[in-house]
Amino acid sequence: MAAKLTFGRAALYLLLALCALYYLMPLYVMLVTSFKSLDEIRAGNLLGLPAAPSAAAWAKAWAGACTGAQCDGLAPYFWNSVKMAIPAVLISTAIGSINGYVLAHWRFRGSEIVFTALMVGCFIPFQVVILPMARLLGMAEMANTTAGLAFVHIVYGLAFTTMFFRNYYVTVPEELIKAARIDGAGFFLIYRKIIFPLSLPIFMVCFIWQFTQIWNDFLFGVVFGGSDAQPVTVALNNLVNTSTGVKEYNVDMAAAIIAALPTLVLYLVAGKYFVRGLTAGAVKG
Amino acid sequence: MPSLSTLADRWLPRLVLSPTIVASLLFVYGFIALTGFLSLTESRLMPNYEYAGFGQYAELFDLERWWTAAANLGIFGALFVLFCLALGLLLAIFLDQKIRLEGALRAIYLYPIALSFIVTGAAWKWILNPGLGLEHMVRGWGFPDFTFDWLINPDMAIYTVVIAGVWQSSGFVMALFLAGLRGIDDSIIKAAQVDGASLPTIYRRIVIPSLRPVFFSVFLILAHIAIKSFDLVMALTAGGPGTSSTVPAVFMYQYAFSRGQLGLGAASAMMMLATIMAVLVPMMYLETKGTRHGR
Repeated sequence: MAAKLTFGRAALYLLLALCALYYLMPLYVMLVTSFKSLDEIRAGNLLGLPAAPSAAAWAKAWAGACTGAQCDGLAPYFWNSVKMAIPAVLISTAIGSINGYVLAHWRFRGSEIVFTALMVGCFIPFQVVILPMARLLGMAEMANTTAGLAFVHIVYGLAFTTMFFRNYYVTVPEELIKAARIDGAGFFLIYRKIIFPLSLPIFMVCFIWQFTQIWNDFLFGVVFGGSDAQPVTVALNNLVNTSTGVKEYNVDMAAAIIAALPTLVLYLVAGKYFVRGLTAGAVKG
Repeated sequence: MPSLSTLADRWLPRLVLSPTIVASLLFVYGFIALTGFLSLTESRLMPNYEYAGFGQYAELFDLERWWTAAANLGIFGALFVLFCLALGLLLAIFLDQKIRLEGALRAIYLYPIALSFIVTGAAWKWILNPGLGLEHMVRGWGFPDFTFDWLINPDMAIYTVVIAGVWQSSGFVMALFLAGLRGIDDSIIKAAQVDGASLPTIYRRIVIPSLRPVFFSVFLILAHIAIKSFDLVMALTAGGPGTSSTVPAVFMYQYAFSRGQLGLGAASAMMMLATIMAVLVPMMYLETKGTRHGR
């Protein structure tokens, strides 16, 4: 019995380890490929370590690779993404927080309907809004600007941020708010003194969720970014899918890691909130 | 007469919420209506606001490329959901067996969800590259006849999207199932063990049925990802070779933005919305009905 159990456990660990290898393999392949020379890539095998590791592909991916007509590497687009993501994350989270506060503790007639109606925004395929949005941004002369892209991300992020905060704030006891109101505290004072200080975890969840969504977005970027405000995902796609010239797989892989780095680092340092955000989003579905 | 602060407390909440409500009415509901209307016009390169009936839909349903896209969505959606569910549930159950290093393993299984689908697509495009990737490597191991050319094989290209998609999303499904497993009362399982039930039986009869709500949300999320999937296909195959791995989202983008067929693009977008509704509404209905019957 004991031996059989140990055998079972060993098989279980082996299986889990194999799965871990499967999930790690693409990242490993990206890393080793990015440090190889093109000759070595053509000759050597996919999984082999680079014989003479070189960061040349990284330098080129960052500052010299051609993404379509431009050959400035990924750097300008990386900064486009930063300039788009940071304000969009901050604003959509701030509005979501106050919205969630209203929907959880200042319900009025019809506020539940409002909440349900807002949640529809989490489910629509964005293809169904991009044509009018492109027209609107064009008319407002915000097409192909980082501000326009950030605006779009804020508008379509609100449903998610509102949901996160609302679902978190309903767990704050109603009595706490009632007592404060009896003591004469008003709408904003209660938010500042009671709700906001309790909100750090959900702010973290929301920041991470929004940042990941916005940084990784491709559809809005490719439709509304044009060439001037193009985010890094669009530039990466252009780089990987250009068919002109010699295909430099090492540069492609270095560029892919550069584009992935911000969200990967966030995942490594704040993985706990990451998981919580995903589950929170999923619980509501 | 109510005091000023009472008045403020009555109206402030609505005032604060109103920009979001207006934005939602305009940019979600209004824009859906506009897209719907656009699909009923003869708009091509420029929008044309004259009602023209369902001609665009008729044209859409006459296009072979649309049906390729729809069929691919069916294949991709079914396999993606199935494999993610199976792999995610298995990994969650395995990880729930008091595994050492559980935290590290969980982190490894889950990290792909932090990546952009473009990054995932770029990585798998390289791994599946027939000339230099996996195929090349296995041939080098002494199997010179080994072929794995799905990426450039029109019949198989859509399955590469499944491979990459499952790699990216299955860890997330694992995390959701694991959270569900941790929510199950241990004493029920212990009682079943005392009654002599074997571990597989306990899982089949007690644990998995009690994960029903998790199945429900996971299914919704995966179906949603599948129907919207655009970036992964663009990065991995760009819908090719030819149009063999195109999906509705790629179709919509190409017709609306590269081919200057706004009306047709709008019609395909409405079809995507209809597909999501067709999945979502019955599921929601079933689930709320299920809850009402006292679970």
